Amino acid sequence: MSAKFSKAKEHAAGRTPFAPIDIFLQGALVVNALGVFLPIIFMINSSFRNGADIYTSPLALANGIDLSNYRLVLTEGKFTQYLLNSFIVTASATFIVLLCGTLAGYALARYQFKFNTAIYLFFLAGLLIPAKLALVPLFIQLKNMGLLDSRIGLILVYASGAIPAAVFIFTGFIRALPADLDNAARIDGASELQVFSRVMLPLIFPVTGIVGIYSAIPIWNDFLLPLVFIRDTSKMTIMQGISVFFGEYGANWGALFAGLTLAALPLVILYVILSSQFIKGLTAGATKG
Amino acid sequence: MATRNVTRYQRPWIIAFITPAMILTVIFTLVPAFTLLSYSLYGWESFKRGDFVGFTNFERLSNFPFRGDFGGAFRNNVIVFVTLFLVQTSVGMILALAIYRLRRGKKLFQAIVFLPVILSLVIVAFMWKLFLDPLFGPISSLALQFNLPWLNQPWLGQPGLALFTLIFIGLWRWVGFPAIVFLAGMNSINEEYIEAARIDGASEMQIFRKIIFPLLAPSFTIVAILTFIGAFEWFELPYVIGGVTGQPGGSTTTMALLFYRLAFGTVDSATVDVGLSSAIGVILFIFVGIGAALGSYYLRKREIQQ
Repeated sequence: MSAKFSKAKEHAAGRTPFAPIDIFLQGALVVNALGVFLPIIFMINSSFRNGADIYTSPLALANGIDLSNYRLVLTEGKFTQYLLNSFIVTASATFIVLLCGTLAGYALARYQFKFNTAIYLFFLAGLLIPAKLALVPLFIQLKNMGLLDSRIGLILVYASGAIPAAVFIFTGFIRALPADLDNAARIDGASELQVFSRVMLPLIFPVTGIVGIYSAIPIWNDFLLPLVFIRDTSKMTIMQGISVFFGEYGANWGALFAGLTLAALPLVILYVILSSQFIKGLTAGATKG
Repeated sequence: MATRNVTRYQRPWIIAFITPAMILTVIFTLVPAFTLLSYSLYGWESFKRGDFVGFTNFERLSNFPFRGDFGGAFRNNVIVFVTLFLVQTSVGMILALAIYRLRRGKKLFQAIVFLPVILSLVIVAFMWKLFLDPLFGPISSLALQFNLPWLNQPWLGQPGLALFTLIFIGLWRWVGFPAIVFLAGMNSINEEYIEAARIDGASEMQIFRKIIFPLLAPSFTIVAILTFIGAFEWFELPYVIGGVTGQPGGSTTTMALLFYRLAFGTVDSATVDVGLSSAIGVILFIFVGIGAALGSYYLRKREIQQ
């Protein structure tokens, strides 16, 4: 980096001159922050109140932290089961995506074989097909395979939906890594699988985090596939469960807000801890780096 | 050269590495997509396939009684796309520029702006459904307290208004995405350009208009394409709030909702029509595919290289 460039960069960094427009811009940020937080605060606040109080004065603050709505949500109905199902489905599907994605990405990036380009294009085609439009054939296919109303069916559909993107990201990333490392390991007598697991996996570890988030969040948040594929309440995911729950507790607003808060909580906590990884993961493909 | 020719010993390994990903993609993505095409060409009795009927299902969509439903749904999708696109890009741009120009707290505001994006649409939809409840919701209570009659109305209960209320909820949840994509675009602009313009006496507004904005074209392309795809596959929000029939009065019906309703939507199996539903799926798939391809071709041509 030239001295002139680094100086210019230093000068620019954090030293954007103040302009009148900044008053408007920073005002917009504050309004946005209020717009984001007020509904969420209202939801959490209401989750500590009983339905009658919410009806008479929706905007009042809760009298301390009353957890009875949460107790109701977690003990009656199948809320914990829904959460557990979502966790099982999301974790298994993401694991399959990462496993298949890293292996295929590695093979496509590192070996020059006959159908390399064709297979790469095949995954590109897979990337362009949205699973939700093929819902009817998928439904009939899963029915024939005996995978309807099963978490395994859901896991496989989710995994295959995210695999093409994962293969792309991994292939691109591995291509950019120097090949000397795996060749050196091969000379030392490592098998192809060992080259992959001992040399490649540690190198691509940061990217697996991003691909993991990219795959897992939409799966956790999805509603349409379980809506169509799952009927048995003991196998429902949380987002589907929430709609069942709204049918059962329609009049008890305290419980509804507690249910919503509980359903949102796992991701929000993770987001508070890992916000930059979340942002990178969810905008992967839309932004560079 | 990162790739090398394959030895005989390596071949089984390559097959083992690639096969799992390929099998899953073939079975659960490629095969259903092709089956969808064939389904649209058959008559259906509930979920049992009948005779080959050619393009009859597509013709039925263009005739009574489906013409009105389909046309109305398509019109709603267009409204959703245009409104989302206009508001989302302008608000997203303002938020991105605001964070870009911050001297401190960039990370914090980035995280705040993006927070609703991580929430599930189902949670967001139910949350706003309760907020906007005309009897017990906090919005109508606010309106009464501060005497704002325009705010006190059934936002989700009026046919002319419900779709725009849904779009507003969609914006609340999604505007952080374009904001972060634009911000990433701004951050990738070489600061020398901006610095040089400042030294030459350009105002901050001129710098935005003449340097930052034109160089954001690639981010703009991505936001436009993703908004297009998202708007034409709009399902969760109208489903949770308006139900399968797009209440009030079908005013929130989208093509994806119609597609879902015809296949799975009603308990009454007499109204299930898998052939029609598949035809809508095929039309959506082709429309979105061609639209996204043409759009990105046109927008890419206008991009400037740094």
